[in-house]
Amino acid sequence: MKITELKDKLKYEELCGGSAQGIIEDGYTSDLLSDVMGNAPEDSVLITIQAHKNTVAVASLAGISTILLCNNRPAPDEMLKAAEQEEVAVYRCQDNQFTASWRIHQLLEG
Amino acid sequence: MTSIPLINDDTPSFILELIFLLKVKDVMTKNLIMVPRNSSLKELQAIMKEKRITGVPIAENKRLYGIISMDDIIRALEGGYIDEPAENYMTKNLIVLEEDMPLSFAINYMDKYHYGRFPVLSLHKELVGIVTSRDIINQLLVNINQEMARLEANMVKKEEADTGIGSFERSFLCHRFDFENAGRASTEIKKKLKSMHLDRKLIRRVAVAAYELEINLVVHSQGGSLSVSIDNQWVTIVAADRGPGMKDPSQALKEGFSTANDWIRSLGFGAGMGLPNVKRVSDEFSLESKWEEGTKVTSRINIADKENQ
Repeated sequence: MKITELKDKLKYEELCGGSAQGIIEDGYTSDLLSDVMGNAPEDSVLITIQAHKNTVAVASLAGISTILLCNNRPAPDEMLKAAEQEEVAVYRCQDNQFTASWRIHQLLEG
Repeated sequence: MTSIPLINDDTPSFILELIFLLKVKDVMTKNLIMVPRNSSLKELQAIMKEKRITGVPIAENKRLYGIISMDDIIRALEGGYIDEPAENYMTKNLIVLEEDMPLSFAINYMDKYHYGRFPVLSLHKELVGIVTSRDIINQLLVNINQEMARLEANMVKKEEADTGIGSFERSFLCHRFDFENAGRASTEIKKKLKSMHLDRKLIRRVAVAAYELEINLVVHSQGGSLSVSIDNQWVTIVAADRGPGMKDPSQALKEGFSTANDWIRSLGFGAGMGLPNVKRVSDEFSLESKWEEGTKVTSRINIADKENQ
C-alpha cells in the first residue's frame, strides 16, 4: 500500500512524508532497536514509541520506509530533520502499538 | 613556546586515533634508574653523566618522592652544595601521568607544563616509568611508519585490483555516549555499497553488522573506531575499542545478555541482541576481548558469492 494511506484511511498525522517511491508492504512492532535492526522486514512500517533520531538511523539502515509513533509521542525536531534527509516517513497516532498494529494489518490484508 | 600542533580540527583521524588509542604505558621508558633520597647531588651528577640522561627520579620501593634535573645540578655547582643530599633540593611538587591515560594526555601535559619529563604512576601509585618528548616521538614514528607501509602496500594492491568494484577502505571514530552521531558510519558504509549496486539483502546484512558494532562502541566502550574495507570478495568490518573490555566474552554472544544501564535501555538499546545479530549476519565472525584492555570484533561478509547468483 501507499504510505499516504495511513493518513487517508486511518487519519494518522503525517510528520514527514518520506520517499516518493516509498511503500508499505509489511509491518513490525517493537521498541527495541536491535530487534528492529535484526528482524524487521524491508519496506515495512515500524510501529513504535521510540521517538528519537536513532530510530531514523535504524529505519534507514534496515530499509524501513515508515516510522509510526504511537501514543501521540512527541517527535523531536532533530528526529524529523534526520527523517527528511534519509527519506523515511514519520507518522503519529493516538493509538497504542497493539491497536495500530491491528489496524494497519487490516489495511494490508484488505 | 608555541603549542604542539598535533591535536586540532584538521588533524587526520589516524593521528587522533593513534594518540587516543596509545596509552602512556606504551610509550614510557620502563627501565628506570631510581635513587634514594639520601643520595648526594654529586652521585646524581655522576649517574646523569654516565647514563646520558637529564633527570633522575628520587624514589624508594617504587614510591616517588621527587625529581632532580640537570638544572638542579647546575644550580648546586654554582651554589656550592653539590655534596648535599638530593631530598633537600629535589622538585617535590610533581606533575605525574598515570600509565593508563591516553597518549594525548601526555602531549597536552608537555604543552601545558613545559617540563622535559613526566614520571608515570600505576593505579597503585607506584612509579613505573618516565615519559619524555623523545619517547613520544619515537613511538609515534614507529606507528606512523607502520601505517605508511600499510597504505603504500594498499596503493599497490589498488592498482593491481581489477576495475570491477575497486577497493574501499575507511575508518570512523566513535565516542562514548555520542548518540548524536551514532549511525553515521553505518550510513556512509551503506551508501558506498549502494553505489556499488550490491544486492539489497547483502547491503542490509552489512548495515546490520556495521550499525550494531557502531552502537556497541557508543554504548559500551570508552571510544574506539569502526573500520571497513571492501574488496571484490569481502566486506570486512572491524570495531576496536580502548576498553573497558569484557569480563566474560562468551556471555556477550548470548542473546539477552547485556550490561547496559536503564538509560541506554530506555533509548531502545541494550537488549542483548547486538552481538548475536552481528554474528548471525556475518559469514566470518570473531570476538576478542580482554577485561580492562579492550575489545575487537571482526565481521566479514562475502559479497562475491551473491554477485554470481
